[in-house]
Amino acid sequence: MNFFNIIDLLAEADPDVLDRFSSRRAVFNSLGTVAQRTALATSPLFLGALFQKAYAGTASLPTDILNYALTLELLEADFYRQFLAAGQIPAGADFNAITVIKNHEDVHVAYLRTAIIAAGGTPVSGTATTGIRFNPSLLPATYADQLKYAQVLEDTGVRAYKGRAAELIGTDLLTPVLQIHSIEARHAAHIRTMRGQQPWVSLGDDLATDARFQAAYTSGVASSTKTAIALGGTTYGIPAYNPAQPSPAESNQQQGAAGTKLAVLITTGIGSTTYLADDAAAAFDEPLQAAEVLDSSRAGGLLA
Amino acid sequence: MSDTLRPTDSQSPQPGQPLLARIKRRSFFMYAGATAGATALVLAGCSKDTSTPSSATGNVSFGTGDASVLNYAYALEQLEAAFYAKVAALTVSPLLAAEVPYFAKVATHEAIHRDFLRTAINRDFGGTIIPDLTPKFDSIDFTKRVKAPADTKLGILDAAKAFEDLGVAAYNGAAKLLKSPVYLGIAGQIVSVEARHAAYVRDLILPGSFATNEAGDVLGFDRQLAPAAVLTIAQNYVEQTLNGSTIGQ
Repeated sequence: MNFFNIIDLLAEADPDVLDRFSSRRAVFNSLGTVAQRTALATSPLFLGALFQKAYAGTASLPTDILNYALTLELLEADFYRQFLAAGQIPAGADFNAITVIKNHEDVHVAYLRTAIIAAGGTPVSGTATTGIRFNPSLLPATYADQLKYAQVLEDTGVRAYKGRAAELIGTDLLTPVLQIHSIEARHAAHIRTMRGQQPWVSLGDDLATDARFQAAYTSGVASSTKTAIALGGTTYGIPAYNPAQPSPAESNQQQGAAGTKLAVLITTGIGSTTYLADDAAAAFDEPLQAAEVLDSSRAGGLLA
Repeated sequence: MSDTLRPTDSQSPQPGQPLLARIKRRSFFMYAGATAGATALVLAGCSKDTSTPSSATGNVSFGTGDASVLNYAYALEQLEAAFYAKVAALTVSPLLAAEVPYFAKVATHEAIHRDFLRTAINRDFGGTIIPDLTPKFDSIDFTKRVKAPADTKLGILDAAKAFEDLGVAAYNGAAKLLKSPVYLGIAGQIVSVEARHAAYVRDLILPGSFATNEAGDVLGFDRQLAPAAVLTIAQNYVEQTLNGSTIGQ
């Protein structure tokens, strides 16, 4: 087994592989004497450890991704349970809309639980009193303020699914997860309409300048980052947060960075038409990394 | 990349099945603990698959590979943008006064999607871009806000709902045909905005119908449609003949 042949083959498939190993010379030199190198490099265990290290922080099993989604769906479902129980929602259209949304979140919880169990994983859990639930002490007294939490939870859910869809490429999970993702966007749009906001994210959003909620529309992390999340009776992994590359904020007006190709400015860079900053931001929703979503400034701070 | 690596079509989510259908080529990376690495591999392995789509007069082919999926999205955005541009240009609009500025916003979002996709395709897949489509909106009555039960033509809101719901289903159904995480990310960034549009327009037609089920829908899950099904519907609004048989191949 030729170590360099393996690396070269891998480099053809994954152009970033040499970056991951810093450089092949550096890796090889770190291995010790020639004899040690020869012995090590022919050992499958060595190769396994090397790849594990090279790709550390990029790995999540599908059950990890589903448990992350289930965490957010349980949080949403429990929020709507408390929202409905608080008795402030006007009867009629408002009450009916929140009920429709609550039912969808319950369906998402059931679907994700089933999928995790089918894959041999342990689903995170939550009830009204234990596990993953919305912190009851955060539920505001007034309907108007309760709706703000609903908007933030939905907008964050949209960003969260978006942030991990690429990890599901090549699996049969991608499509159903995207079917949930766009339903969450419909929820978000309706709640925004109920609040007198535009259905889409806008630079003029009231919550984008509200200290309690604005983190949902920015990016980055406020607290320490973890890669193992212990919640709701189990532990699952999330990708390590990369402080050098926070997700774009929702106000972002450039899109389409691909490898060495730079993002294009939507306002002036996509043809002869000039677009307003607000429209450039609104036309694209932005993803969030798992560590950003679970940060104390966002969904992580809403957990009991 | 062979077709056997691609997950099979499923109209409805099936909770018991998804994770069991793993992909052999990925398994190496799963052992190495690398989802992102596998993604990059799939991308690299497939990036040469694209061929130049034909653009013979009256016939639009989408080519293959990620370029074909982007061109497919570009076709749909062209249609949406043309529709909303026509609504925005009406000197006498049947829309309510409060709806007009929102429709102007949506028109701009769709124009941005169209122009962005054209820019991205020309940058990343030079020479593969499909031609400008000629819209055919003779089945839409632009003097009507919504159609009356006896009308054969769609009103503006009916057509807007049809386009938005179709767009959401199209992006959801085509995502699995994309190899590159970059383009999947872009599709995800656009589809949720289309879903917001769809919810808004649905609520105008019937308050509270933003995400309610219609025939064939699964509770709590948005629609997903394969390109062939989407283009059959889209064909009604385009003069050229759309041939999507190679999309994603």
